[in-house]
Amino acid sequence: MRALREAVAGFRRSPLLASLSVGAIALSLLVIGLFGLLAHNIDLALADVEERVEVVGYLSEDAPTNGVQLAVEEIRSYPEVATVRHVTRVEALRNATTELPEFSDVFSDLETNPLPASIEVELAIGHRNAEDARTVAERLRSYGFVAEARYGQQWVQRIDVLRRVSGGAAAVLGGGFALVAALLIATAVRMSIVARGDAIFVMQSVGAKESYIRRPFILEGLGVGVLGGLLALLLTWGVFRAVNALLFSIAWLPVPWLAGGVAVGGLLGMLSAAYAVRKEVRPYRAA
Amino acid sequence: MSEADGDSAGPKRERGTPIVRLESVVKAYPRSGRALDDVSFQLHKGEFAFLTGPSGAGKTTILKLIHMEERPDEGRVRVSKFTSDEVGRKDIPLLRRRVGYVFQDFRLLERLTAAENVAFALEVTGADSDRIESRVQRLLGQVGLSAKASSHPPELSGGERQRVAIARALATDPLILLADEPTGNLDDRAAKGVLELFRDIHRRGTAVLLATHDAGLLRRQSDSRVIEIEQGKIVFDSAREAAS
Repeated sequence: MRALREAVAGFRRSPLLASLSVGAIALSLLVIGLFGLLAHNIDLALADVEERVEVVGYLSEDAPTNGVQLAVEEIRSYPEVATVRHVTRVEALRNATTELPEFSDVFSDLETNPLPASIEVELAIGHRNAEDARTVAERLRSYGFVAEARYGQQWVQRIDVLRRVSGGAAAVLGGGFALVAALLIATAVRMSIVARGDAIFVMQSVGAKESYIRRPFILEGLGVGVLGGLLALLLTWGVFRAVNALLFSIAWLPVPWLAGGVAVGGLLGMLSAAYAVRKEVRPYRAA
Repeated sequence: MSEADGDSAGPKRERGTPIVRLESVVKAYPRSGRALDDVSFQLHKGEFAFLTGPSGAGKTTILKLIHMEERPDEGRVRVSKFTSDEVGRKDIPLLRRRVGYVFQDFRLLERLTAAENVAFALEVTGADSDRIESRVQRLLGQVGLSAKASSHPPELSGGERQRVAIARALATDPLILLADEPTGNLDDRAAKGVLELFRDIHRRGTAVLLATHDAGLLRRQSDSRVIEIEQGKIVFDSAREAAS
C-alpha cells in the first residue's frame, strides 16, 4: 500500500512530465495499434482471398488419360494439397459458359472448343501462400503433358508483401515512439527520485531493503505505461469508429491483441523505471 | 599492531567479542588522496567513545566505513557479524538496522511530524504496524519530546530536531549509535542537553561513537574514551594509553 501511495504521489509531483510520458506511450502504442488494425483487416481479407488461391495446370492436347489420372493421384498426396480435380475440355467450356453468361453467344458459336483440359489444385490451409503455390506449380510443370501452370502469382506475392510491409512499418515506427516514451518515463521517474532524495537517504540510513526503496518508482512506471496503453486503446477505437463511419467497414482488433498492447505499455513503463532507478538510486555498496 | 580495548564511564561492560573492529584500514579518495592510513581500533558492547580531530582528519570516513557506506581499500571493518570484505548488498540493510546514525544536519523529513519521522524508520524497516505507535511514543519519551510529537521540524529548535533524529536512529534498536558532529549546529545549552541524552542512551546499554572536533565538549567529558585522529592516523587513544 505504501508503495502504491508513493507511486501516486510521484505522479502528482510532476503531473506535466507524467502526462507527457503517458502521451508518448499512448502515441507509440497508437501507431502500433493502427498498423495492427491494418494488419488484422489485411489478414481477414487475405483469409478470404486465400480461400481462392489455387494452382491450375493446363494440359496439352495430347495428354494421356491414364497419365493424367496417375498424376492426379500423386498430386493429391502432397502435404500442401487439399483437393485435386481433373477438368476435361468439355467441363471447362461448360464452366466458362456458366461463369461468364454474357459471353454465352460467343461460346455457342464456336466450331471447336478452344479451352484446354486442366488439373485444378486447391491448397491446404496453412499452405495458401506464394511459396507453397510456386512449389506445387513447379511440380505440376514437371509432368510432360502439363503445358502451363498458373497460381495467380502476382496476387499472392503482392498480398505477402503488403502483409510484411505493414508489419515492418508497425515495428519500426512503433519501436521509435516506444524509445521516446521510454526516455520520457525514465526522466519522470528520475525527477520523482530526486524529489524524494531526502526520504531515500533516510531509508538507506536506517536499513530499508533495496527492493522496498525501489518498488514505488517501478510501480509509478508501470502505472504510466498502463495508462498510456489504455489511452492508445481509446485512440485506436476512435480511429476505428471514424473509418467505419466515414470510409468503409473494417473489423475491430481481437481481445488478446488489445490486452497485449496494454501489457506492452505496462512492461515498457516498468522497464524504463527500473533503468532509471538503477541509475539514480545509489545502491548499497558491497564486496 | 596492538589493539586497545576501550574503557569508559557507565555500567560495567561485558568484554566479549567487539561489536566494531577496524583492522589496519586504509581508505583513499581519487581527489583528496588518503583519508585513513592504517587505522585500527575496536569498540565493545555498551562502550562510549569520542572520535576527535580537526576537520578533514578522517572522522566521518571512519563512521561511513562502520555504517558500510564506504569500503576500505585495504584492511577490514567488522561490525557485529558483518565483515566489509564479505558483506553482500542484501546484508547491508540488516547491518544498518544494528548501527544507528545521527547526522549534524539532522536529516529529518520536513513534511512529517516528529512522531511520523520516527515512525517512518520503523515502517520502512518492516516493523509490525500494530506496535509502531506505542514504540514511537516510547522513543519520543526517551528523548524528552513527548509533548512535541505532532510538531513539524521547522517548528522545533535545533536541539529538539536533533533529539527527534536520535529517536529515529534508535528506532531499530541498534547495538551502536554513530553520531557525526551531532552538536555542531547547536548552541551550548542545546549541545549539553543532546550530549546528556547520548549519555543516557549509553547507560541503557547502547554503544556510542561520537565524532566531534569540539575540544570544549571533550574537556567536559574527561571520563570517556577518546580516540584522536589526525591526517588519517590515530594519534591518541585513551584506552590504549590506559592499557600501557
